[in-house]
Amino acid sequence: MSRFELTRIPFIKNTLKSRYPQLAVFIVMLVGYIFAILAGLIGTPVGSHNFSIVFVWIAWWAILILVAVPFFGRGWCAVCPIPLPGEWLQRGAVLSPPDKKPKWLNLRWPKFLRNIWMQNISFLLLALFSSVLLTTPNITGIVLAAMLFAAIGLSTIFERRAFCRYLCPVGGFIGLYSQTAPIELRIKDKQICVTCEGKPCYNGSANGYGCPWDVFPGGLTKNTYCGLCMECIRTCPHDNIAINLRPFSADLAKPSTRMDEAFKAFIMLGSAMIYAGVLLGPWGAFKDAAYNVGTSAWFIYAVIFLAIIFVILPGFFTLGILKTKGSLPLKQRFASLATALIPLGLMFWVAFSLSFVLTNASYIIAAFSDPLGLGWNLFGTANAVWQPMLTFVLAPAQTLALVGGLIWSARTAQKAANEIRTSSISVIAFSFILTLVMLWLLL
Amino acid sequence: MNSRFILLLFVMAGLVVAFAPLPVQPITPQERTFRIDARQYAYSPSEFKVNPGDKVNIQLVSTDVVHGLYVDGYDISIEADPGQTKTLSFVADKPGSFRFRCNVTCGAMHPFMIGKLTVGTNNWLYRSIGLAVLAVIGFLPLSSFIPQTKNMD
Repeated sequence: MSRFELTRIPFIKNTLKSRYPQLAVFIVMLVGYIFAILAGLIGTPVGSHNFSIVFVWIAWWAILILVAVPFFGRGWCAVCPIPLPGEWLQRGAVLSPPDKKPKWLNLRWPKFLRNIWMQNISFLLLALFSSVLLTTPNITGIVLAAMLFAAIGLSTIFERRAFCRYLCPVGGFIGLYSQTAPIELRIKDKQICVTCEGKPCYNGSANGYGCPWDVFPGGLTKNTYCGLCMECIRTCPHDNIAINLRPFSADLAKPSTRMDEAFKAFIMLGSAMIYAGVLLGPWGAFKDAAYNVGTSAWFIYAVIFLAIIFVILPGFFTLGILKTKGSLPLKQRFASLATALIPLGLMFWVAFSLSFVLTNASYIIAAFSDPLGLGWNLFGTANAVWQPMLTFVLAPAQTLALVGGLIWSARTAQKAANEIRTSSISVIAFSFILTLVMLWLLL
Repeated sequence: MNSRFILLLFVMAGLVVAFAPLPVQPITPQERTFRIDARQYAYSPSEFKVNPGDKVNIQLVSTDVVHGLYVDGYDISIEADPGQTKTLSFVADKPGSFRFRCNVTCGAMHPFMIGKLTVGTNNWLYRSIGLAVLAVIGFLPLSSFIPQTKNMD
């Protein structure tokens, strides 16, 4: 498969090796993040006029799901401010490694939790409360602050970025979908890594920290757990780390056999469909149930939400592959064939987000001038009128995303099925039916 | 047949499904009036259908706070104070499915206060389904050739 090494270009390589450009972006992001927390807590309770809602759930979300994840994989993780304060505290330094190691607990993350089940649970926790989270500034402020403090807390107890790797609700699905991105960090020559003494990319050196994501770059075969923090580029004494451009979904050629990752695909797929129905559909009763947390209607909504994700979707998927022949046990076939749902889920999210973002993007213009909703008019745009954008391209763009996702999923299913020597027909049929449902929900 | 030729055939078929003009049944336009109750965060009824060319009168009645009704694609709107009825009249001259939504901030879930207007047939949905069918037709026959090679039970 053809690849182009971006780090061959001196400007890119030098920019990535130097800590200052990344630090500059980090600081801007951290200031924005802290401002979002404050805006959520002290700004107007009207979500559509509050920086925390408008910039986090409209602007950031649009950039993340429409650009960053599809094209840069874990590119967001490379500049995410959430782990920063904890990491600085853990390291006892902001830039270069200090002479003395700071004395924190520095424990290994428990072995039985070294998977993404905790990320699946944390995402679902937010997803079940999402109608409140997406619309209520102080709840958004509290959740953002909780994530920051959780990251700080875990950094003082566990080594490396335990929060990012095992708990972050966003990082889990970014990792899953980063496998489809046309960018990767990989080693150039495996033999060099085999003979390299001290493995500074993993253990750290005077030039940089050991991999914060607890990954040995020499063994990287997919993007899922590489946070693109660029530390290994700085520490590798043999200049053996490259950032490559590659074909889309290159990682999916080798299907995963992990159930936590398979269920992450179902969680994301199901959530996109439920949100399309509940948030963008015309059914008021669903919205009431999703918003009125703690009521019996909400409990029914939560049970249905979880049943769709953990019972109905995986159940039909399993029924489909039950009859297909294969040399592998059903569990492994399930996990491997669920790989096909990764591009499908990503495109479901793209289609859902297009509608949500294009309709509400004009709030960004007003919130830019009055981020707290306190009557300011910093740039003269505070009174910008709400107006949906590009509604005429919405339906064709959503069709393109959903049908394109179906084709992509079918192709991935073929490859995965071929890899484990079974049939892909049932998976393609499953993806087809879900695509029809999503088309009906959105169009 | 060579695979590029098959692909070209499917692309052309896709273009036909997406853009070919469909026969339109001539229907005499009528004047239709709908009363829509608006409350936080739903319209009732939340879905209604009209025929292309119909003159549509939407009577918006707000039952709690100030609500609006903005029709996507038509770019027209009205606002109604609590207990007040406001009427929006327009000719439904654009066929398809359109969301209508509240355009006055009415509370937390305001961005999701949405209804659906269908003018004639929702052709774009059927065209999209046609494209999805075409995509699967292109893959199912191929996938049946790929597996069942070695190591089968």
